[in-house]
Amino acid sequence: MKKLALTAALTASLGSAPVFAQDLSITVTNLTHGMAFTPILVAAHDATGNLFDIGQPASANLQAMAEGGALTGLETDLDGISATHTNTGAPLMAGDDVTATLNTDATPTNTKLSVVSMLLPTNDGFMGLDAMDIPTTTGTYHYYINAYDAGTEANDELLNPGAGGAPGVAGIPGDPGGLAGSGGTGGAAGTDSNTTIHIHRGALGDDQPAAGNSDLDNTVHRWLNPVARVTITVN
Amino acid sequence: MIHSVIKNSVKVALPIVASVLFVACGGNDNPPPLASYEIEVVNATNNQPLSPVAVISHSDNYSAWQIGRAASVALENLAEGGSNSELAASLSGNTEFVSGSGAIGPASSETMTITASSASQTQLTLVTMLVNTNDAFAGLRSIDVSALAVGDTIILNANVYDAGSELNSESAGSIPGPADGGEGFNAGRTDINNVVRYHGGVVTADDGLTSSVLNQSHRFDNPGMMVTITRI
Repeated sequence: MKKLALTAALTASLGSAPVFAQDLSITVTNLTHGMAFTPILVAAHDATGNLFDIGQPASANLQAMAEGGALTGLETDLDGISATHTNTGAPLMAGDDVTATLNTDATPTNTKLSVVSMLLPTNDGFMGLDAMDIPTTTGTYHYYINAYDAGTEANDELLNPGAGGAPGVAGIPGDPGGLAGSGGTGGAAGTDSNTTIHIHRGALGDDQPAAGNSDLDNTVHRWLNPVARVTITVN
Repeated sequence: MIHSVIKNSVKVALPIVASVLFVACGGNDNPPPLASYEIEVVNATNNQPLSPVAVISHSDNYSAWQIGRAASVALENLAEGGSNSELAASLSGNTEFVSGSGAIGPASSETMTITASSASQTQLTLVTMLVNTNDAFAGLRSIDVSALAVGDTIILNANVYDAGSELNSESAGSIPGPADGGEGFNAGRTDINNVVRYHGGVVTADDGLTSSVLNQSHRFDNPGMMVTITRI
């Protein structure tokens, strides 16, 4: 509380407009070599809730996002805490960027930023920024985002188009990049020994398009962190 | 005692600075001093020699690459073949270029010096190839160094990019470094996606790419190099 009061006083003395109200532009860049992001959820919210915690089990709605890219559950959660949110509406391919805007003039207590989307093709990989303090000074800020494993589905690396996106159903729901193979055995998969959210250990893939352990291509579908850049412009 | 000595020396120094400023203003034709930087590059990889580092001093009008855009042919030369002379030749106007003296092996470093040639050169770019790859480079792009005072130091980690200009086949004959001794630059654009983005790492024969000429020792993670920039 003390810290909040201090910040407010400082902002006021600098002559800024309404305390904490923000006009934000948020650009997400897919830094990966060959992974797609599902439509990206971008939310400003207060400190009463957050989307995920490393080392804790995923919520059912986060699981739905991480396994199938579904955002409606998380959006309902955000509505429940009067968050300001939007989503980018379309997949974001490797190397591409997309910009969302948020305005918290009407909800000045929404001072935290969260950004999530699923990585395809993965079983339950996602990239995420969790409840980061939104800068209050006008300017442009860059953040680099890691890939997480939701810990909710075994990484069998087998395509199961459509159906694999439902929570609890094995398999990868799609491959927007179109470079995944088929005929994998799933032989490299184990059930997740860590069923909490953790940094993703990466995909294995293999070099056999129509056979092998995995439907993923080991020269296409591997990544190193960070996987995304989030650029926030505070207007 | 020591404290008071420092205080005294400050008092003495101030009038001297003031008189120098006065002379400079009075002459009205002395350009401001141009910034020089000492740059130490450390190879942070296990077994990826770095090609001679290219260091560029430039204004905010120049960008050596951009995520999501195709690499220039000059950058392609560096990323596929480790040659920085094409990048140097591609620069025009308001830039300065310095090359490292040679390849920097794992566990090695090199210190270079660059001096801006105009006051508007507020940024530095560094780029080097990881030579046991098809087209990976480590780099720092357009780092704003204008806030550094003489003696100030910043330490930055450089991540590894994929130039997007050559397929990451890791096949024999396609990698110029000592792991293969194969081809460097090739004008063909053969990657799955002809744009610069972050690198996914090398797979190697030890980890499931049977046709790879690389082995487990050539794998890397971010960052690929560490850079210390000191304004001198």
